[in-house]
Amino acid sequence: MTSADVGPPLALVLAVGVLVACGVTLLLERSLTRILLGVILLGNGVNLLILLGGRPGAAPVVGTAPTAAMSDALPQAMVLTAIVITFGLTAFLLAVSYRSWYLTGDDEVPDDIEDRQIVRQAERNEVATADLGGEGPDGDPEQVDPGPARRRRAGDADGPR
Amino acid sequence: MSRLVALPVVVPLLGAALTLLVASWPRVQRAVSVTCLAATLVVALVLLAHAYREGPVVVQIGGWRAPVGIVLIADQLAALMLVVSAAVTLCVLLYSIGQGQGEAGEEAPVAIFHPTYLVLTAGVTNAFLAGDLFNLFVGFEILLAASFVLITLGGTETRIRTGSTYVVVSILSSMTFLIALGLVYAATGTLNMAQLAFRLDALPDGVRLSLQLLLLLAFGVKAAVFPLSAWLPDSYPTAPAPVTAVFAGLLTKVGVYAIIRTETLLFPGGRVAALLMLVAGATMLVGILGAVAQSDMKRLFSFTLVSHIGFMIFGVALSTVAGLSGAIFYVVHHITIQTTLFLVAGLVEVRAGSTDLRRIGGLSRVAPLLAVLFFVSAMNLAGIPPFSGFLGKLGLFQAGVATGGSLPGALVAAGAVTSLLTLYVASRVWNIAFWRAPRLATTEPAVRLPTLMTGATVALVALGLTLTVVAGPLFDVTADAATDLLARTPYVRAVFPEGVP
Repeated sequence: MTSADVGPPLALVLAVGVLVACGVTLLLERSLTRILLGVILLGNGVNLLILLGGRPGAAPVVGTAPTAAMSDALPQAMVLTAIVITFGLTAFLLAVSYRSWYLTGDDEVPDDIEDRQIVRQAERNEVATADLGGEGPDGDPEQVDPGPARRRRAGDADGPR
Repeated sequence: MSRLVALPVVVPLLGAALTLLVASWPRVQRAVSVTCLAATLVVALVLLAHAYREGPVVVQIGGWRAPVGIVLIADQLAALMLVVSAAVTLCVLLYSIGQGQGEAGEEAPVAIFHPTYLVLTAGVTNAFLAGDLFNLFVGFEILLAASFVLITLGGTETRIRTGSTYVVVSILSSMTFLIALGLVYAATGTLNMAQLAFRLDALPDGVRLSLQLLLLLAFGVKAAVFPLSAWLPDSYPTAPAPVTAVFAGLLTKVGVYAIIRTETLLFPGGRVAALLMLVAGATMLVGILGAVAQSDMKRLFSFTLVSHIGFMIFGVALSTVAGLSGAIFYVVHHITIQTTLFLVAGLVEVRAGSTDLRRIGGLSRVAPLLAVLFFVSAMNLAGIPPFSGFLGKLGLFQAGVATGGSLPGALVAAGAVTSLLTLYVASRVWNIAFWRAPRLATTEPAVRLPTLMTGATVALVALGLTLTVVAGPLFDVTADAATDLLARTPYVRAVFPEGVP
């Protein structure tokens, strides 16, 4: 086989590159529908890449061609599996995207919780506070001997936290 | 004996089909899934005993010989992982039955929980047993597809929001894995791992390194190693408690298992050891600092989960017998403990109405048993001496010191800091949620926690304590497994008794 020695045709390699590049670009979008399209393109690019890994040639059916002239059947089998899997995942992603649109009116991937919290705090110009587990005065009815009463300013009714 | 190897995959899959058929009879459904997982556990124990005494057990699926057909291999590492994962999934299944999870109703139109859960188990066991990179990919896809359904169970707005992130990130990592598979096949002409072990050695260094890094990238996303871990704390906590528990315990560890397998069998020699150590240190520190800042128990535990993945990666990066042995012990310990902590968080949610630390308090007086369960597992995670967390960390630190050098030394220091911060985080949760004046987020009168939920959690805590008792024999098994992994020949010879074709 000479074609195996010279490697896969340039057009196919370029097609892999273009498909994957478009797929990645679309993945970076915020709308789930575009991400879905990105996944489809990326999946096709990767499948083509796997096909290129095998030896090209005649159909791998015993008796139709000499064994040496047959193409490598294994990548084709792998691609079939990969196509089925990508198909399933795509269907699920479509369902998620539809459900998201149904519930919220759009299918955008929102910022994560931490980001939103930080943005909210920055807008209000407040410091992050955490509950450090202290108890307010008289917070513990079972404590028989509370410490000396703390001095409080008027208006600071809530006590230290 | 070799007939048994396929059972941990086949039994849950058949069980899943059966539970789908009997979906309208919840009792039958529960009985079927419990029986399936119990059977898986028994088979896994038999396989572990056999693999420990007589070496790896191999089955050639369909009778096709190795490089042509698919092989399933239970060597000591895989069998040990099988035992722990089967035990944990069984406990979590009982817990979810106690919680009434998976019954048809407002959550889902059909009782989809049990079939999906069994498919998830089949995916996990298939990934552990795979002797073929493509079969490993299929195992990952089975467990991912099942996990997609479980994480968006009920289809509420929050779960769809977090689930979409999880789905997209998982698909991306699968695509990376698939690209790596295509390139590995193009470079070597095989995907059988035993055969790859030799063919990859013959490749030029640059090609080999790029294949290794591509596979590491794919597994790193699944294992939630630091720069690739941001998806985890956002997506896990919103799922139902048992789902989060089993995800936290198992799914990331499947990634760690894949890293261990590829780094030892396919790419030995530790060429990326320094890189792995750096990301291990970053994972530990960034993860635990994230946990310090959290005020919700489930999110907090998600961050400790990320953080402690660093310990296992550290052990893998050392690529010595002691390091790998410590890493495997740590995986076993961490699967058990992290699952337990999420189950406890689920119990807290049932009892107190929330897991938000700002809204709950004083549970030690309201629910003493719950407090004991949390305290034991939290101290176990932090690595307080009698517990297995301490033994695992000690093993890793000893391996790090024995290796010597500045980078392992720095990693040991980072590990110590991480342990201390974990202790701080654990005691903070303890102080706030359990020790201060009682404060519940619910006004409903106290309900008794379902016995089955508490029982399953107690069983897991007990399993965690048993790890301490059997630490000696367990370290024997892990050290043996690590020796076999580094030697590579037992694995290869089990697949190709007459030499590699």
